[in-house]
Amino acid sequence: MSTLTDPRAVAETVTDPELPMLTLADLGVLRDVRTEDDGTVVVTITPTYSGCPAMGVMRADLVHALHRAGFADVDVRTVLSPPWSTDWISDEGRAKLAAGGIAPPGRATKHTGPIPLSLGRTMRTATCPVCGSADTEELSEFSGTACKALRRCRTCREPFEHVKEI
Amino acid sequence: MAHEETVYDALDHAHGGEGQWAFGTGFDDPLAGVDTTIPDGVDAADLGAYCLMLGDDALVLCQRLTEWATRAPELEEEVAIANCGLDLLGQARLLLARAGTCCVLGRSREHATDSIPDEDALAYFRDVDEFANHHLAEADGGDFAQTMVRLLVASTHRLALVAKLRESRDPVVSAIAAKGVPELTYHRDHAARWVLRLGDGTPESHRRAQVAVDAVWPLTADLFTATDVELRLVAQGVAVDPADTRDEVRDVLTMVVERATLTVPAWPADRPSPGRAGEHTDELAPLLATLQGLAREHPAATW
Repeated sequence: MSTLTDPRAVAETVTDPELPMLTLADLGVLRDVRTEDDGTVVVTITPTYSGCPAMGVMRADLVHALHRAGFADVDVRTVLSPPWSTDWISDEGRAKLAAGGIAPPGRATKHTGPIPLSLGRTMRTATCPVCGSADTEELSEFSGTACKALRRCRTCREPFEHVKEI
Repeated sequence: MAHEETVYDALDHAHGGEGQWAFGTGFDDPLAGVDTTIPDGVDAADLGAYCLMLGDDALVLCQRLTEWATRAPELEEEVAIANCGLDLLGQARLLLARAGTCCVLGRSREHATDSIPDEDALAYFRDVDEFANHHLAEADGGDFAQTMVRLLVASTHRLALVAKLRESRDPVVSAIAAKGVPELTYHRDHAARWVLRLGDGTPESHRRAQVAVDAVWPLTADLFTATDVELRLVAQGVAVDPADTRDEVRDVLTMVVERATLTVPAWPADRPSPGRAGEHTDELAPLLATLQGLAREHPAATW
């Protein structure tokens, strides 16, 4: 059917249920979209955290969006490896997070052997998404979702969320 | 999608007409589309049993952590504890689903209807003697100090294990382990910082932290002796011998407790884990009653 658009373009419009300013593609959760010989659209996604409660909604949103675009057969598959990292959030995604008042993550640290313990205060830094000041402090390593920490700007005093590096 | 639609419309569309089992983790098979072929030369029954051991440790500790909901000393800490629990629940879901793909379901199917997914059947419809978690996971949470000391010990042990399990020859276990590493790293850091703060805090927080350390330490006796299942899977390149985590676990725990100005108790003698064999303390049955009661009361409920 020549009226159908590219299934990848359709899948790339689907947004994250918890960070609705980001598409699944911006977030790095959308790993692959391809069409098999029989016309089935196979979409591959990866969870952010093991317990991410949004996977079912993401899956349903992808199927729904592709059905509405005219693709009758859609198969959404999970891939667990390699594990998702905040390094996969695109530059565009980072800009959208900041524009939405959420500080984007820095670079994640990777360990292959035993994992060193970190007993001091977390050394994460984040720029205030409200006033742009770099003078910010962490209030809590945990926030409304598993992927975010709560910080406060020492310059403008506004609290804000920060997507943690993992 | 048009703006008037909600996420529920998409879920309803995806599952339209079929009532959803009321108590499950829901709409999503966490291993959907993952290749769950058992690797050559690996015994499926052993692999499934191993996934239940690691999955039950996570599921039961998650349930203990969520007991702090509405009771934590401050809102941020309540969110932190719930987040740690959610990560463990996610790890448990993946591992229980993996056990299901190995057809290791215990007696759960005597109670669970066919429409209930394997992971839910395993979580809700196994009896207490079928759970394989260590006593460390099921022990009563005690006060906040004890919760943090137990979280420190459990996350240190689990992190040491899953860091090595990234090399497992089962690609599903290896992938689940790799996802767990960053999560357990911040659980351990969070618990360690609380143990420092409590131990090196006020006289009362120091006293309580020492009581907690003294109460939790004996439970480490169970953590380092491999079961026969684990030994067979170690030979097949699938499992990690828990004895190989002993030095790292003791080093990390000793460092934290000493830095917290607390006394490190004598390490208990290793023993085979009764929990791995389905022998549990009286503390597990009430926990499971809370976890499973409603689902067992209304096993056919849908919404």
